Amino acid sequence: MSLYQLSKLLYVLNRDDAAKTLFKSDPTGLTQQFALSEEECKAVLDHDVGLLYVLGVNGQILMHFAALCGVAWPDYLQAMRDGVTRYGPVRAGLYAMTTGADEKVAGV
Amino acid sequence: MSLVFAAICSHAPGITARAEMADPADRDALYAAMAGLREQIEAVRPDAVIILAAEHFANFFMNNMPAFAVGMGETYSGPIEDPNWLKIPKREVRGAPDLGKRLVSEMLQTVDIAYAEEWQFDHGIIVPLHLLDPENQLTVIPANINCQGPPLTPLYRAWAFGEAIRRAADSVPERIALIATGGISHWPATPDSGKINEAWDRDFLDRWLANDRERLLAYTDEETYRDAGQGGFEIRTFIAAAAAARGKGTLQFFRPIPIFAVSCTVAIMEIA
Repeated sequence: MSLYQLSKLLYVLNRDDAAKTLFKSDPTGLTQQFALSEEECKAVLDHDVGLLYVLGVNGQILMHFAALCGVAWPDYLQAMRDGVTRYGPVRAGLYAMTTGADEKVAGV
Repeated sequence: MSLVFAAICSHAPGITARAEMADPADRDALYAAMAGLREQIEAVRPDAVIILAAEHFANFFMNNMPAFAVGMGETYSGPIEDPNWLKIPKREVRGAPDLGKRLVSEMLQTVDIAYAEEWQFDHGIIVPLHLLDPENQLTVIPANINCQGPPLTPLYRAWAFGEAIRRAADSVPERIALIATGGISHWPATPDSGKINEAWDRDFLDRWLANDRERLLAYTDEETYRDAGQGGFEIRTFIAAAAAARGKGTLQFFRPIPIFAVSCTVAIMEIA
């Protein structure tokens, strides 16, 4: 578990155009710059927003990763709900889910 | 000259990113309130506007997280988010390096702030700025309180920062306006997005409008997290604004808008 490293990757990706370019051309090369567990690495490479959420990535970083991957807002929220259903409750951090998996608070 | 104006407003990215998903009546009412705030800022003719926000890992991260930061750059850019996602075009914002250095120097007399000559604005600053300064005319000094990465800045230190902002603003010949941005209760960027504790928000605003220091600083982070979500930690910026203004507040707009994820708020405070 290296949540800091995983979060750092997403922080860098959100703010650095070179990292965005690398993420498209050689995503594995980008992940190798950070000390990630196998599960974390796979979550990034698979664009698995639900797993990243469960691993504890802060939503303020995660929502921009989702946008970068072309995930629309309603689908981003649903991916997190699906992640909790599939992988279990959020394991770390402040961004736990307190609503139900079928609950759409704002209608999306 | 001095601090000439103080206000608070919401900065949620949904305000622009999800504008088309909102009830037009809600959206238009909020935008009208922000237009009203824009006119009030213009009327005081500020030489610079300090925008005090709770940024979200755009510039400051857990590799080197400052409790407070103030900008003294020549220019700033933003949004750091995808403009197509936030629905705000990129802009270059004029800074005030000389004024910023004088303000920072005075603030450092009492609060150990970090300063930054580079700053990419995220939605915490650019959403309000987009609505308050559509023509990109304002001179901006960004400021930040760590409301995102624990251990967070204690509330009483946010108050001390507000006092330092006031003292610094009063020490320079320029006319300074202060706009603190944030949210009250909210659970942003989670599946809970849209959950709002309106009663908690109204109680917080009662404390803020009365400028009741003791009650504003009475929250523990555990209580805030439980009752107001991780987004509730952003009350720090509003608390600092109260410390800077010293007067009583006037609420100009308040409406919970779930698709925007917060109780959208616009309020001003008398400079006393």
